[in-house]
Amino acid sequence: MSENIKQIRVALRNCGFINPESIDEYIAADGYEALGRVLTEKTPEEATKEIIDSGLRGRGGGGFPTGVKWDIARKVESDQKYVVCNADEGDPGAFMDRSILEGDPHSVIEAMAINGYCIGADKGLVYIRAEYPLAIERLKTALDQAREYGLLGEDIFGTGFNFDIEIRYGAGAFVCGEETALINSMEGHRGEPTFKPPFPAQSGYLGKPTNVNNVETFANIPVIFNKGAEWFASIGTEKSTGTKVFALAGKINNVGLIEVPMGTTLREVIFEIGGGIKDGKKFKSVQTGGPSGGCLTEKHLDTPIDFDNLLESGSMMGSGGMIVMDEDDCMVSVARFYLDFTVEESCGKCTPCRVGNKRLYELLDIISKGNGSNNDLDKLRNLGEVIIDTSLCGLGQTSPNPVLSTMDNFWDEYLAHVEDQRCPAGQCKDLIRYEVIEENCVGCTACARNCPVNCISGERKEIHHIDQSLCIKCGACFEKCRFNAISVS
Amino acid sequence: MEKIKVKIDNRLVEVEKGTTILEAARKLDVNIPTLCYMNLGDMDIEHRPGGCRICVVEVEGRRNLAPSCATDCHDGMEVKTHSIRVLNARRTVMELMLSDHPFECLTCAKSGKCDLQSMAIKLGIRDIHYQGEKSTYKPDFSPAILRDMDKCIMCRRCEKMCNEVQTVGVLSGIYRGFEAVVAPAFERDLDHSECTYCGQCVAVCPTAALTEVDHTNQVLRALADPAKTVVVQTAPAVRAALGEEFGMEPGTLVTGKMVAALRQLEFDYVFDTDFAADLTIMEEGAEILGRLGKFLAGDKDVKLPVLTSCCPGWVSFFEYHFPDQRDIPSTARSPQQMFGAVAKTWFAEKIKKDRKDMVVVSIMPCVAKKYECTREEFATGGNPDVDYSLSTRELANLIKRANIDFNKLPDEDFDGPMGESTGAGVIFGTTGGVIEAATRSAYEIYTKKPLDKVDFKQLRGMEGIREATVDFNGFPLKIGIAHGLGNARKLLENIRAGKSEFHAIEIMACPGGCIGGGGQPLHHGNSEILKARQKAIYREDSGKPIRKSHENPSIIKLYEEYLGEPLGEKAHQLLHTRYFDRGREIVIEADVKEEQ
Amino acid sequence: MAKVKSLADLKKMKEKLQSDISLRENSKHPEGMVRVKVAMATCGIASGAKDVMEFFTVNLQKRNVDAIVTQTGCMGYCYAEPTVEVKLPGQEPVVYGFVDIKKADEIIEKYIKQGEPVDGIIPVNYETIDKK
Ligand SMILES: Cc1cc2nc3c(=O)[nH]c(=O)nc-3n(C[C@H](O)[C@H](O)[C@H](O)COP(=O)(O)O)c2cc1C
Ligand code: SF4
Ligand code: SF4
Ligand code: SF4
Ligand code: SF4
Ligand code: SF4
Ligand code: SF4
Ligand code: FES
Repeated sequence: MSENIKQIRVALRNCGFINPESIDEYIAADGYEALGRVLTEKTPEEATKEIIDSGLRGRGGGGFPTGVKWDIARKVESDQKYVVCNADEGDPGAFMDRSILEGDPHSVIEAMAINGYCIGADKGLVYIRAEYPLAIERLKTALDQAREYGLLGEDIFGTGFNFDIEIRYGAGAFVCGEETALINSMEGHRGEPTFKPPFPAQSGYLGKPTNVNNVETFANIPVIFNKGAEWFASIGTEKSTGTKVFALAGKINNVGLIEVPMGTTLREVIFEIGGGIKDGKKFKSVQTGGPSGGCLTEKHLDTPIDFDNLLESGSMMGSGGMIVMDEDDCMVSVARFYLDFTVEESCGKCTPCRVGNKRLYELLDIISKGNGSNNDLDKLRNLGEVIIDTSLCGLGQTSPNPVLSTMDNFWDEYLAHVEDQRCPAGQCKDLIRYEVIEENCVGCTACARNCPVNCISGERKEIHHIDQSLCIKCGACFEKCRFNAISVS
Repeated sequence: MEKIKVKIDNRLVEVEKGTTILEAARKLDVNIPTLCYMNLGDMDIEHRPGGCRICVVEVEGRRNLAPSCATDCHDGMEVKTHSIRVLNARRTVMELMLSDHPFECLTCAKSGKCDLQSMAIKLGIRDIHYQGEKSTYKPDFSPAILRDMDKCIMCRRCEKMCNEVQTVGVLSGIYRGFEAVVAPAFERDLDHSECTYCGQCVAVCPTAALTEVDHTNQVLRALADPAKTVVVQTAPAVRAALGEEFGMEPGTLVTGKMVAALRQLEFDYVFDTDFAADLTIMEEGAEILGRLGKFLAGDKDVKLPVLTSCCPGWVSFFEYHFPDQRDIPSTARSPQQMFGAVAKTWFAEKIKKDRKDMVVVSIMPCVAKKYECTREEFATGGNPDVDYSLSTRELANLIKRANIDFNKLPDEDFDGPMGESTGAGVIFGTTGGVIEAATRSAYEIYTKKPLDKVDFKQLRGMEGIREATVDFNGFPLKIGIAHGLGNARKLLENIRAGKSEFHAIEIMACPGGCIGGGGQPLHHGNSEILKARQKAIYREDSGKPIRKSHENPSIIKLYEEYLGEPLGEKAHQLLHTRYFDRGREIVIEADVKEEQ
Repeated sequence: MAKVKSLADLKKMKEKLQSDISLRENSKHPEGMVRVKVAMATCGIASGAKDVMEFFTVNLQKRNVDAIVTQTGCMGYCYAEPTVEVKLPGQEPVVYGFVDIKKADEIIEKYIKQGEPVDGIIPVNYETIDKK
């Protein structure tokens, strides 16, 4: 294989290769063999140990060791346990889980059954957002096929093990992806998180021990049994084994779904796999971890991507969104954009997240309008830190990341906004000024005739003037002037 | 139980495994502030949503701060409750809460009793560094409760009471993020929901987001009107709690001072709802014995158990949630309404007044009574039997506004004839009291033997559901008691399923009965206060010369002069009522809303 | 369809399925089948993959090409949707990006029928688990 191939398809091994609506093609691609082998050749404890040894960590964001989680649920005594697949995928722009369910639904079904065997559950639930109709369709088809083949239901592989799966639909609230909120929502309650402990593994769905894993986490499970824990652990880094699927988006040439071994650097992802920045612009920042991840910069480009490195750099793995920004992006606006999302998506249960994020947003808004002060920057930092320190669930505990990381990495940009009332990227509308460059103006009146608020004055063949107090920064004059006589700053 | 050691603010304490940091700290007299947390231990009501984040503390080795109300101690844990990190976080969280709160303390109904206000004082908030948009909601005026959600801090205590304790299920968190608020579904008004007006949400709301509708001005206006004869009745539970509003110990009985205060307020007649409670026993007792007699005689059309009906919160509850069972409760009106009906007929005739020139005011521990006054069946020609119902808290305000030094008042007696009552009437104020009062009279009437011991201790207590069997001359009368609507629901579901073995059941909507009513001085989550009030009620009972309702001379006279027989025609007209199927009402209204 | 009652059942089934597939696709025999896979995930469908799939199905038959057209999941090249993988008998599969009806027509006429290269091939940029 040539040197520049950076991707390995593990979780996506069948996506784009097999027909997702054919169980035969899945079986031809080693499907259900892992389940068969686990059920006939391994005890639940041995199978769980295999997952522990593989070093697999949860792909839903937290990065908790999957095997350890299974082991906790396995050890809790209970008459009934549940396996839940988290397919809520609420990060804007992320579609890793959707792609897996659309391209290879059987891998998730197989993994859930293995999980059920390991922890002693005979019932699985997939919590999927209702906005994923195709994924739901394919999952349903796959469930029917698996039942028809006897790979779900009673006495699977003649071993006496029973397992079946139901689908539950999410209403599309981001916070419902948080596992305790997800369980509340499945129980018919308001989808809001509750504090942990108790963890779902102790008391989850209907108060019973419940193991919740992400779609991509599950998709990795069958491979681990087919190829061995050692094989899996040989991919990636020591503490983060295997691969990670990312949805590459933003100002990058090859937008799309990629899967790279843990430890690949951001540079490799962006410039080699992603084909670099669009239109030859300059790279500015990359945001990982979904709406509450951090914005990393040039200096992080050679950091190998894994759970711990990303956290250390002030961002996080999240579920795998990766958005690339170029020189035209204003980091204050970027932070404000993400805060806007969290303010909308907070469940409103705890004070710091409900009110605090709103105040963070308002402070950013003031700053981006050029009305901020240095004092506001101090407030921004203190508030962000308190929200992280005091919020109830992962949403609030991470929502200030976009603000704090941009303050850390792009401090000058914040200063420019508050001290000079200037937006270096020219994005903050309120800070833009359109001015007539007097040397170039020939007095053609094109700008004045096109100004929607009539704020440009000047006689024909004389130099024109823009009344700044009335200007709405629509940019019409800039576009219409054929003499380069309007400047933007 | 396994013991563990924890260090809080450098002091060691040994606690049982499963103790929260908050509880462990209290053992050391370290009072970590809380807002959303609420614990009514005796009633098995614990609320710890972990939402306000005021109670956060620093735990050695933990990444973020821990909510002490919801975090269990572990062995060797080291906790700091006032490090600079904690103090800064706590202050910031408090400022955030205040930044989304109207600054109306000077004119607020809750001022002086508001947990949010006290917290701001405790934390020494002098400045709010984070300011911005405030969330606003449409105010909701119902006949009994005012919802001003601009003042809601999302502690969710009301939700706990309404959904889990009362199982009414009207209030729940709706909307997301900054707009999140507690409200009936679709942000409907309470008046268009299944709300029973039990007032338990009001009783626990730390702020003025939920308050009772204030009727003190209407009462003042009536008192000032020379053309009106203003009669006041005071419910039994009021005397056991009113003192708290004037700084007295919980459980102080202030019957005499209360009467004196009402007289100074210039009510024309100061009467006692206890009188009407005795009347209720006459009617309800007769009904129990009548139905029981028929049942024992083998009449298949008679349904048992008989359920008490003196609590309007409970009445609404079964009208909404168990309309199919509405033929089981006694048809006796509540004491408040019996009083009003008798005052505006028998007593009106006595003093030669037209009912239109009379104003009947009730002082109640209750929010539902405000609503009950507005029910159409309790009016004659548009003139209500009871004009205004004030809560215990409103009476305290009225007394303060009239410049009366309550603590220094002499003890005075109620006026006759409707001020005369027995110990049986008094115990209506607590859970178990109504059925004990009924038992005292029913026993003597049924067995025709005098009761040598009037105290039925087996009916007393605070457990949510209690049962006892009383020997009625060889017949074992099975009695059930439930307080709190969630407990009532359990008994009712049993009845619906045909599994109930009781002959008579007492139900009160409020945990503890009326002593824990929604109109009482706020207990701020301290259930010791309720227990003290209960003791006071039984003290008042045992101090009364007459302790059985049917021996009340004024009641005897009322029947002789006016009503005739219990359950007789006149009694039926004035003292009984009927119930409606409200289950359907809500569905229909919801449909209409959707069509609009 | 028979139920899978044991691991041995499954293995037997797999072997049969695999050999069927390789017979169809890998024989160098001129009658070997052409296999066309169209990425039909949400992203692909949103860019018009349904029409492309329809076009291949109808036209390969009309033009007498022995081929099977199936759908598959997302291949990962969202920037180049719709994407189509074409595998000629006995050859490595190739993936085309930005496939519209015109391109599909060109692929059938030039690549499938005559084996001539057509522009728009997306180079393989990943390893599969078998290779690793
Ligand atoms: C606000 C919030 C949103 C989340 N959304 C998702 C989600 O959409 N999908 C997901 O798998 N996990 C999500 N998580 C993580 C889950 O809580 C949980 O950790 C995960 O499903 C566990 O699976 P894993 O161990 O396989 O990652 C979210 C967490 C938070 C705090
Ligand atoms: S942090 Fe935000 S999303 Fe999480 S519980 Fe608190 S308010 Fe809800
Ligand atoms: S369009 Fe340009 S050249 Fe013409 S008047 Fe405006 S500024 Fe001057
Ligand atoms: S609710 Fe409390 S804090 Fe709010 S205005 Fe009223 S008294 Fe003040
Ligand atoms: S008054 Fe009672 S029923 Fe009505 S909302 Fe409050 S708690 Fe619920
Ligand atoms: S209405 Fe009152 S009790 Fe209910 S959540 Fe708001 S502040 Fe708390
Ligand atoms: S228990 Fe008493 S205070 Fe409570 S609603 Fe019933 S009558 Fe009113
Ligand atoms: S009192 Fe602990 S979070 Fe509110």
